[in-house]
Amino acid sequence: MVPRIVIVGAGPAGVRCAEALVAAGLRPTVIDENRRDGGQIYRRQPENFTRSYATLYGTEAHRAAALHGTFDRLRDRIEYLPETLVWNVADRHVYVASGTRQRTIPFDMLALCTGAADRLMPLKGWNFAGAYSLGGAQVALKSQACAIGRQIVFAGTGALLYLVAAQYVKAGANVAAVLDTSPRSRRLAALGKLLAQPSVLYKGVALELTLRRAGVHIHTGVELHEILGSADAGVRGLSFREASGKQRQIECDAVGLGYHLRPETQLADLARCEFRFDASSRQWLPKLDPDGRTSVRGVYVAGDGARVLGANAAEASGKLAALAVLRDLGFATAWESFAEQRRALKKFERFAQGLAEAFPWPAQQAAQLPDDAVVCRCESVTAGQLRGVIEKTGACEANRAKAFSRVGMGRCQGRYCGHAAAEIIAHAAAVPIEEAGRLRGQAPVKPLPIALTEDEQ
Amino acid sequence: MMSARFVRLAETARVPVTIEVDGEPLEALQGDTLLVAVLCKLGRVRVSEFGDGNRAGFCLMGACQDCWVWTADGARLRACSTLVSEGMKIMTREPQTPWSHA
Repeated sequence: MVPRIVIVGAGPAGVRCAEALVAAGLRPTVIDENRRDGGQIYRRQPENFTRSYATLYGTEAHRAAALHGTFDRLRDRIEYLPETLVWNVADRHVYVASGTRQRTIPFDMLALCTGAADRLMPLKGWNFAGAYSLGGAQVALKSQACAIGRQIVFAGTGALLYLVAAQYVKAGANVAAVLDTSPRSRRLAALGKLLAQPSVLYKGVALELTLRRAGVHIHTGVELHEILGSADAGVRGLSFREASGKQRQIECDAVGLGYHLRPETQLADLARCEFRFDASSRQWLPKLDPDGRTSVRGVYVAGDGARVLGANAAEASGKLAALAVLRDLGFATAWESFAEQRRALKKFERFAQGLAEAFPWPAQQAAQLPDDAVVCRCESVTAGQLRGVIEKTGACEANRAKAFSRVGMGRCQGRYCGHAAAEIIAHAAAVPIEEAGRLRGQAPVKPLPIALTEDEQ
Repeated sequence: MMSARFVRLAETARVPVTIEVDGEPLEALQGDTLLVAVLCKLGRVRVSEFGDGNRAGFCLMGACQDCWVWTADGARLRACSTLVSEGMKIMTREPQTPWSHA
């Protein structure tokens, strides 16, 4: 019997996974929530846009072109389902919806290449119109040739902070400032690990130079206080404290906010894969063997959806997961090809560890969040309300606190408040962060239309 | 209503498309997402049903669901991942449909 293989996601991990399976003579089904392949990092612009690869992807243009080219060649040799959401995994089936149509697809092997989204720490005022995730700001530019505002502040920490700001400057947008919560000293301390990928480190340094040459103010080691503005007019500014202790306020009409990335792990959760707590990034990740096997037979996770190691690592781990699938199906696979990808991943891991140390998740910011700051943007639940629930009910676990406070129950299902909520719970209840647990994935992983029609199988 | 939020930096030679937002005509460009079309002219895409004001999307990649708009027949669209088409009519508030239609 021909094995039924489903890949979820068509970014770097999904495409390289599909490529290796096709090379072995298989025909996987690739399910993509986006209109076009490429994922977030190599997102393709609409067909009638004309910007070049160099304009869109900068130093990564050749990689983007190579991945798109590979996918174009694969198109006739895979089942590609674009604009299709996998909203549940159960009983060796994925449940998919496209528009108002729904169906189930059985699988023998499932490779989850679901990627990552921005990891967010709430900031008072982040619910105002004009506040965006950093990734969102990047999508506006890359896929739509727009800036999110006339005068933009990029704030948070991580490599993406500098990348997006530099991309905006190059595209001609007005960047008012870059505010990094990580002190510069952390970068020096992490230098040894960052040297695991000297060329990427060099590109990072070049980004900062681009910003400085354009006259953009970069402040490191800041403490972000509040996005200023109003419910009607939206964002009008941002207040923060400089590393020197000086209070500052910057005028702006848009803010791009983000703290590195967070893997999209809901489907692995629904597939009942075991998770482990990663102490260095203070989050729960699917438990994997070196080749991407989960604790559930026939379910694999690759790319940034497993842990955030970046696009190049995603290509390697996508290929590695395909090799694992092939080996588990009884195909002959060369040991050397495993070894090669594993070696590559080790280097990316060391670099990612360096990034995590250079640009740490500011856990203390959650503890310091004022009571009137909104934590849950979906349902406008404040930090004070969440703390009140913890005090009143004694709930010190994320899912229990969610049931009482509704934090994590709204439209985004905790994607943007979940990590911060866990920090607030842990701090308020005085328990270690791992004891606060993680929000369980719930089906549907994203809201579905009310009227869904079952397709004939 | 506050002025436009997004600024077009390139790709402005595309074919114009007219859509209707809350009964008012709105000029967009072919290839725009609904979110971009609206925010290149207006300051918001919806009003929070929890009373904390105007919203203009957040993640732009279909994860946060903060950009829902509705068609005349009550279908919900994610403005960030829906492309405009000529004559498209959307509403930024959920239409009041009787329960029997749900």
